[in-house]
Amino acid sequence: MTRRVLTRLGTSLLVLWGAVTVSFTALHLTPGNVADVLIGSSIVTPEVRAQIIADYGLDRPLPVQYATYLGRVLRGDLGQSYQLHESVASAIGAQLGASVQLTASALVFAVVVSTTLAVLTARRARWIRGLSSGLELVGVSIPTFWTAILLLTVFSFQLGWFPAAGGDGFSGLFLPMIAVAIPITTMLTQMMRENLELILDEPFVLTARSRGMSDLGVRLKHALRHALVPAITLLGWVVGLLLGGMVAVEQIFSRQGIGQLTLAAVTGKDLPVVMGVVLITAVLYVVVNILIDLLYLVVDPRLRGAA
Amino acid sequence: MTEPIVEAAQSEDLVTGPIVEVTDLHVSFGPVHAVRGVSFAVHPGECVAIVGESGSGKSVTARTLLGLTGDEARVRATSFRVEGVDASGHRERQWRAIRGRRIGFVLQDALVSLDVLRPVGKEIAETLRLHRAVPRAETAGRVIELLREVGVPEPELRARQYPHELSGGLRQRALIASAIACHPRLLIADEPTTALDVTVQAQILRLLAERKRDGTALLLISHDLAVVAELADRVLVMKDGVVVEDGPAGRVLSEPEHPYTRRLLAAVPMEHAKGARLSVLEGEPARPIPPRPPGEVVIEAHDLVKRFRSRTAVDGVSFQLRAGRTLGIVGESGSGKTTTARLVLGLLAPDAGSVAIDGRPWEGLTATERRELRRHIQVVYQDPLSSFDPRFSVRRILAEALDVGGEPRATRRDRAVELLEQVGLDASVLERRPLRLSGGQRQRVAIARALAPRPRVIVCDEPVSALDVSIQAQVLDLLADLQSELGVAYLFISHHLGVVHHVSDHVLVMKDGRVVESGDVRQIFTEPRAGYTRELLAAVPRIDAATGVTVRKAS
Amino acid sequence: MSTAVITIGAGRPRAVPRPGVWAAALFLTVVTVAAIAPGVVAPGTPDAADALAALRGPSPAHLLGTDANGRDVFTRIVFGAAPSLLAGLGATALAVAAGTALGLLAALGGRVLDEVVMRLVEVLLALPTLLLALLVITVAGPGTLNVIFAIALYTAPSYARLVRAQTMVIRHAGYVEAATSLGLTRRRIILRHVLPNAFAPLLVLATIEVGTALVAAASLSYLGLGPQPPAPEWGAMLSAGRDYFSVAWWIAIFPGVAITLTVLSITVVGRHLRRLAEGGTS
Repeated sequence: MTRRVLTRLGTSLLVLWGAVTVSFTALHLTPGNVADVLIGSSIVTPEVRAQIIADYGLDRPLPVQYATYLGRVLRGDLGQSYQLHESVASAIGAQLGASVQLTASALVFAVVVSTTLAVLTARRARWIRGLSSGLELVGVSIPTFWTAILLLTVFSFQLGWFPAAGGDGFSGLFLPMIAVAIPITTMLTQMMRENLELILDEPFVLTARSRGMSDLGVRLKHALRHALVPAITLLGWVVGLLLGGMVAVEQIFSRQGIGQLTLAAVTGKDLPVVMGVVLITAVLYVVVNILIDLLYLVVDPRLRGAA
Repeated sequence: MTEPIVEAAQSEDLVTGPIVEVTDLHVSFGPVHAVRGVSFAVHPGECVAIVGESGSGKSVTARTLLGLTGDEARVRATSFRVEGVDASGHRERQWRAIRGRRIGFVLQDALVSLDVLRPVGKEIAETLRLHRAVPRAETAGRVIELLREVGVPEPELRARQYPHELSGGLRQRALIASAIACHPRLLIADEPTTALDVTVQAQILRLLAERKRDGTALLLISHDLAVVAELADRVLVMKDGVVVEDGPAGRVLSEPEHPYTRRLLAAVPMEHAKGARLSVLEGEPARPIPPRPPGEVVIEAHDLVKRFRSRTAVDGVSFQLRAGRTLGIVGESGSGKTTTARLVLGLLAPDAGSVAIDGRPWEGLTATERRELRRHIQVVYQDPLSSFDPRFSVRRILAEALDVGGEPRATRRDRAVELLEQVGLDASVLERRPLRLSGGQRQRVAIARALAPRPRVIVCDEPVSALDVSIQAQVLDLLADLQSELGVAYLFISHHLGVVHHVSDHVLVMKDGRVVESGDVRQIFTEPRAGYTRELLAAVPRIDAATGVTVRKAS
Repeated sequence: MSTAVITIGAGRPRAVPRPGVWAAALFLTVVTVAAIAPGVVAPGTPDAADALAALRGPSPAHLLGTDANGRDVFTRIVFGAAPSLLAGLGATALAVAAGTALGLLAALGGRVLDEVVMRLVEVLLALPTLLLALLVITVAGPGTLNVIFAIALYTAPSYARLVRAQTMVIRHAGYVEAATSLGLTRRRIILRHVLPNAFAPLLVLATIEVGTALVAAASLSYLGLGPQPPAPEWGAMLSAGRDYFSVAWWIAIFPGVAITLTVLSITVVGRHLRRLAEGGTS
């Protein structure tokens, strides 16, 4: 158990260190003078330029620059966006809430809907499964940004049910959430249904039924928990996918958020912001993975005792 | 939530009638007619056994009694009564009232038959809750009582544990406790002891016998005649969905009328000495297998020790095997017999001691010399399918082995066909993949592959454990024939005492990595010296040829 | 021995019926032809603008209508097949090659190498897909090649992990032990047994993943980070058509249909291949 925790912690630190290193490498791989790269396309005074060179230690040897950068990140200093005229940390902080809201609601939506669909459609009449798997196939194939455009056109412009841009609270959140959630919902439904169908063949399911349990009872009380184990494994990857899908969706629905911030930074060559986003998402990944490990322990008792 | 109609059936006057009664039962799955015209009844306090090999329809028959054949099954019977009530029109709701409450059901291998993600106590409580057998507040106490009833020590602790934390025997007991929680009048046990070690099997059978003494009727489903002989009052022998023989247990087992029953009984290796054939064809006199004189030493194992982390898997094992002879290694799971095999094969290096094949020890050899030596010792596994590359056809499997044996390319095909004929197959299987072969055919191909490099020794690791008795008999006969023809030696590893008794010249009894006793097969099986050997032998159920009743050696 | 559980019913029904597989294969053939020789499928050139015929709806003259510059949408979609497919295929090929090399290195190269490679893979997996691609494009600038490289960079680690896991499993498979005890050389066992069995599932997965990579590339183009206008590319066309959605829906709808149908067909064909691979022969 302690061994497990230590390994997890070690890996987490390694991931964070790796993300810092990737950012640093990106900075130095970018063609042009590093100071110019950091400044991007904005215009700054020579004093600011000199300050940047001093802050990043750009006049010193590369290992020192690396150490300086690492030290700054450790202190929580993600640098300065010269285009936004604010620190990267506060720029990200201002946008983080909206994105977390979108991602979290999409994740909850996906998990709830896919679990329900999987429980209802596993081992059912051929046409139900056919319909469900046909929809799933379209769901995984359709590009998120196109779904977003279609949803926006139909429900906001044509029907006027939802605000076309921005919008507060649930009404503004609903369409973007659906757009981001569709691919992962369909994927999870598919996977959970396949798992459930395998599990419903297991002897312990037969045993439960031989005690007089109803079909729905068996699905909910026994089979579902088993089907969740592999789904949990995918969760980290799913969160990554959600964060990716967010970029285009935020732009299409003119929503605030990390996606918009990143996109503007990429097109404006605002490298400090892009690096900051990369680091923040790495932290997010680490947190999600720790949660996944805890979830495993909740779901599967066999892992609790394992050293 | 008991249906009124079932409620009526529980009234006093019906207590003496049969609990279940079926006449001319047919079950089909699409085009597959799994059960064809089976009739029987189980009376209170009686034990009925259905015996048959895989695909005989015995398990389907058992499941039909609980309405658990699934949506795609078509069930038909002239009469189908549960506790006197016509069950042929029962819907899921009515079946649910019967399952667990009127009829309990136990499957083999509790590790997969209990939900591994829940504590065993919850599994037992589930039966009680579903049928509201006891008030909610008393459920926990009742679970403990039930565990105690089935002989689980420290029931309070065990109830909180998960299946993987319990030993095989305790798990099986917990599974039985969950089936009998509502005191059903009939308990159906489908291969209840199949995955268990022989000593644990004996305990579980004793537990079932206790239930029977307490008045619970039993329906026992098994492939093993010896197991049912111990408990059954009546035996039904099934083959291909049909009951071929039906009668009192003593009569069926001592004077079987149907040739299939006779063949099944003959195929049980226990009571046949080495040299006698197991797969007897009707009307053909049993041709004895001529013995061969022992040759020079082919395996010399000296004081082998192998540790895995802190556990000592093999501890001081020594033996000698001569050409043309068979050394049996017998032991329960975890006794170190498979590790010993891997040491002998040179797949693992011992921490101490040495193995020499044909006088050449594994250690100190270069990679090329080791490969050269490997040709002399081949292996046949329990699960042949996983030992074949799934992409390979039988032809490629044999060609590869022949190539290693130095067979020139030009003659490989002829030699492959020759090998197949030697193991009782023909050239028609050459282009097939193992997945498309039956279990017996696969094992024959595995034997052919082992023979290809003309080895001096073949290590057989549980080679017949996954096979039906009649197929097992054929494979054992084949091994005996090959030994007498080719003079190959076998290191034969099995948990099955009967099989080891039948094939071996010498026997090693292992427990916890150590050799408990070794010696001539006759001595081990007739005058065992070690307490553990006596215990093992006592646990083996066997059929007395004269009375058909199970006899156990006094321990 | 009797089995504990009988599987009732004729196994799982097919998710996609056979005609679907044929239709998907046919559609992919057409897309491939369009990518290799667009002139065969659509006459004319993608950049032929006709200001007088701008924003026309679908008609016999312009099957899928025209865009704001009066360019034929059908012709542009046909010519857009090449960059779109190329991005999907290129990124997947690159990722599979790099991932396989890393995975094999980890699985067969000993403990130290395994640790190093797998930590690297872990770090790359920690950075979410599209964001890693965005970082690459910030550094390298927009363009088809950079998009391919960016997508390959974030997909390669998963292939590496799969190859390693597969190889590890197969190294301990019964048939590898059987081959060892038969006396085969290590080289021969790896070449004849381990690699082919590790590759089969990888190739099937890669087929399906071409679709995912294609969507990722289209997303980046849509965001204006792929091929620059006026190059015909599905994602970029969709982006351009967005502003005219209320007056000329066809400009944005048809490229989206092209992407969806292509990915759908790839998925259907890929899954069919997987079923074949899993079910042995037949």
